[in-house]
Amino acid sequence: MSVIVLVEHTGGIIKKKNFEAVQYAAQIAKQMGSTVTAVVLGNVADAEMESLGEYGAQKVLHVADSRLDELHARAYTSALVAAAQKESSKVIVTLHDIKGRMVAPRVAVTLKAGLVAGALSYPDMEKGFVIKKAVFSGKAFAYVNILSDVKVIMLMPNTFPVGKVEGKAVVEKQEVSFGDKDFGVKVKAVNKVTGAVPLADADLVVSGGRGMKGPENWGILEDLAKELGAATACSRPVADAHWRPHHEHVGQTGGTVRPNLYIAVGISGAIQHLAGVNGSKTIVVINKDPEAPFFKAANYGVVGDAMEILPRLTAAIKKFKEHHK
Amino acid sequence: MKILVCISQVPDTSTKIILKNNNTSVNSDGVTYVINPYDEWYALIRAIELKESGIATQVHLVTVDRFDVGPVIRKALALGGDEAIRIDADNDDPYETANYIAEYAAEVGYDLILCGKESIDYNNGTTGAMLAELLGVDYIGFATGIQVEANTAVVTREIEGGEETDVCNLPVVISCQKGVAEARIPNMRGIMAARTRPLKVVVPSKITAVTKILTYELPPAKAGIKLVSPDNMDELVELLHAETKVI
Ligand SMILES: Cc1cc2nc3c(=O)[nH]c(=O)nc-3n(C[C@H](O)[C@H](O)[C@H](O)COP(=O)(O)OP(=O)(O)OC[C@H]3O[C@@H](n4cnc5c(N)ncnc54)[C@H](O)[C@@H]3O)c2cc1C
Ligand SMILES: Nc1ncnc2c1ncn2[C@@H]1O[C@H](COP(=O)(O)O)[C@@H](O)[C@H]1O
Repeated sequence: MSVIVLVEHTGGIIKKKNFEAVQYAAQIAKQMGSTVTAVVLGNVADAEMESLGEYGAQKVLHVADSRLDELHARAYTSALVAAAQKESSKVIVTLHDIKGRMVAPRVAVTLKAGLVAGALSYPDMEKGFVIKKAVFSGKAFAYVNILSDVKVIMLMPNTFPVGKVEGKAVVEKQEVSFGDKDFGVKVKAVNKVTGAVPLADADLVVSGGRGMKGPENWGILEDLAKELGAATACSRPVADAHWRPHHEHVGQTGGTVRPNLYIAVGISGAIQHLAGVNGSKTIVVINKDPEAPFFKAANYGVVGDAMEILPRLTAAIKKFKEHHK
Repeated sequence: MKILVCISQVPDTSTKIILKNNNTSVNSDGVTYVINPYDEWYALIRAIELKESGIATQVHLVTVDRFDVGPVIRKALALGGDEAIRIDADNDDPYETANYIAEYAAEVGYDLILCGKESIDYNNGTTGAMLAELLGVDYIGFATGIQVEANTAVVTREIEGGEETDVCNLPVVISCQKGVAEARIPNMRGIMAARTRPLKVVVPSKITAVTKILTYELPPAKAGIKLVSPDNMDELVELLHAETKVI
């Protein structure tokens, strides 16, 4: 009856958002009087898997097939379904990220389980398993009741703070017999944007709009991002004008970000832009027009010329960091 | 080669969301509906391009909706779809929606099924993968480019921190986003032609929903912005540190 959670890794390294998923699963297990079994697929060191105990996992089912180092959605599905059956699980948790969205829906279909994509709350069991999620691109929330016996939850990353407890998970090897179909999609080439912080996962984002005036001015924005360890993003017209690469464009038609801090520089705050960023915890807007709509969605605002403010902000952060070493 | 494009009818982005019936439903009076942008700009246009280049022979459009989608679907037909199918059923449980599309798709038999990366009403991003599982085929999500050669699809897709190129056999379900195609507007010829293209209504086998939306809620108004003087960036840094712990 344990709660199953899929733990992703990149080249054997488990990122923080997965700890959040394990902790989320642990909280649900506690409510249900059950335990957490994490499923790890591919090559990961035992110590790394045991440390999932610090986030509440009692057990890790490890499928050590090196083909699983790459995402193969159908193989991942087979492995999760096998784990769920072995543990007679009623609840399966994944992240609402790229991999999660390619795997969890398949698991849900296989198990005829109701699914909530982008969960923002723990299930309310008193109401009969009801979970909150964002709809209409953040303009509203829906409370979704899962009616089926088995439930699949895709947790929106960065929803809950992550904290450690004492604990060490027991790692158990799991054999899964895969079929050819499980590896039907062949990966031909991988092209990583090197050096930069990946935008979708970024904790901190500095984003520029048309108010930056031209690509030649991005140096001061990148300086700020570097000082903060932030990813850079932009509005759509900026990407359309090729001032910045397309993968940086956020909004309704671009990427979605949910960082702890989003700094918007020279962006007016059109509804289509907000759709991609309004899940950010804290929003700082720098704009020379006090009437810019973005100020309505912001926590902190600075009215003025970005060209002057950006270098000052970078310097202030540098100074702060030196004082707080 | 036959292509099926999954089209969701959604409120235009600029719609103000108003709740009614004790917050159990969303007001649709006076709301302008459009084709979900990912479905129109990327999935549909790429399907049409594949037909224009002689790779595809037919482009069909399918939507699961209780309500008349005439005006919205006509636009999709005007852009170049050959025929449209409305499956007359509820669409707020993703499992239910995917089942209806799968039932229809299996009956006709498509080589390529394209959908959008996410609908801007329910924001699930799960329909494509569910559909693929129901049909027993592969799914490539978040495509940024799609090429079809003979019996294979070569697809670039978003991954964490970059892109990868995948190859797989048809039939396959692919969800589309920016990069797959460039948005177009329908021309006069297309609009005229669309008037005579069929818009079929299909009644599906009944599927029992596995989820149900009980209530909606509007986000709380922002607590009010705190303005910081452009000459005092130290204060901003202190605030971000003290009040939000982000620095
Ligand atoms: C269907 C649809 C989908 C769309 N999808 C997206 C999307 O995904 N993402 C997106 O971003 N947009 C999208 N858009 C476009 C969107 O509507 C806006 O046009 C766009 O976001 C505006 O970009 P911007 O804020 O950079 O530019 P502008 O609106 O031109 O704003 C520039 C801002 O910079 C300020 N400024 C100028 N000079 C300075 C200075 N020196 N210092 C400080 N501030 C300065 C100005 O006061 C202004 O507020 C979409 C539009 C449609 C119709
Ligand atoms: N009711 C529907 N009818 C047809 N296609 C749909 C429907 N809902 C979603 N889709 C398709 O599935 C994609 C992802 O939607 P979703 O999983 O709801 O985010 C959309 O971009 C559409 O292509």
